[in-house]
Amino acid sequence: MTPAAPGTRVPDFSLTTERGEEFTQEDLDGQTTVLVFYPAAFSPGCSDQFHVYQEVLGELDARGAKLYGVSVDSSWAVKAFRRHLGVDIPQLSDFEPKGETCRAFGVYHAEPGTAQRALIVIGPDRVVRWSYQAEHPGMLPGANLIFDGLGAVPA
Amino acid sequence: MRDLSSAPVPELGPDDRVRGPSGAPLILLYGDFECHFCALVHSRLVGRDVRVAFRHFPVESQHSRAWPAAGAAEAAARQGRFWEMHDSLFADRGRLEDPHLWARAQALGLDLDRFDVDRRSDAVKERVRRDFTGGLRAGVATTPTLFADGHRYGMPDEEVLARVAKS
Repeated sequence: MTPAAPGTRVPDFSLTTERGEEFTQEDLDGQTTVLVFYPAAFSPGCSDQFHVYQEVLGELDARGAKLYGVSVDSSWAVKAFRRHLGVDIPQLSDFEPKGETCRAFGVYHAEPGTAQRALIVIGPDRVVRWSYQAEHPGMLPGANLIFDGLGAVPA
Repeated sequence: MRDLSSAPVPELGPDDRVRGPSGAPLILLYGDFECHFCALVHSRLVGRDVRVAFRHFPVESQHSRAWPAAGAAEAAARQGRFWEMHDSLFADRGRLEDPHLWARAQALGLDLDRFDVDRRSDAVKERVRRDFTGGLRAGVATTPTLFADGHRYGMPDEEVLARVAKS
């Protein structure tokens, strides 16, 4: 499985917000979106990753980019995770059917049954502009990669 | 606006905080004073034949006192005592509130008024921020992160330390 390729249109998908509402491809319209797929809420690596991203939210906002975390944990769990971290990055849940959106984006890690550690940058036209998957889930993609990816979004 | 796209880790510069014998292998260490693994690496590097450049990587949302601690170290640097403050902070990470920082400065014999002005100054914040930005662009996503011998390492085990500290 490889992450959704640049130039492809995003698949139809359904995730759940922390408030229990549906989040679909229609919610991407008109904004540059960065989906941060990660293996597990409350794992040490994922915690460090979001803390560092929190430090660059101002720059992401200035670039007109909106960042979301995505994991297969339930919406209650990802909400608790975000609050535990003390970060402002909204979290989306791919809990039921488990991992269906991760599969649609090509970032499902079958054996542990989690998302891969991956970043996908999507333009306001719902076209994938850049994607990245860590060599293994223990490798944390730095915030620099997000900004490299945003460079691929047409102005 | 800061450019945060990928860039190589900044080379050793004249304003880097460096300690160790000039001929020894160099480690660029990104860390913060509230990070317990950073303190552990610091303790494991003591006494080795290695040159360490400490670069600030304070992640505020993770460690609320990391920025003030970094500022204290840089303010001490302005009185020629960076490494003394560095060692003091890592030796006792439980005491990082302002009165603790003042007490550390006093124990080191620093001019306290000057220390307090300096640590809150824009120049010191900018100095810390420059390290942080360089680390972000080089892909630092957790502390400690070490750059040595052309490689990047997370928390190093004994084998890695023996390798990077070997001349």
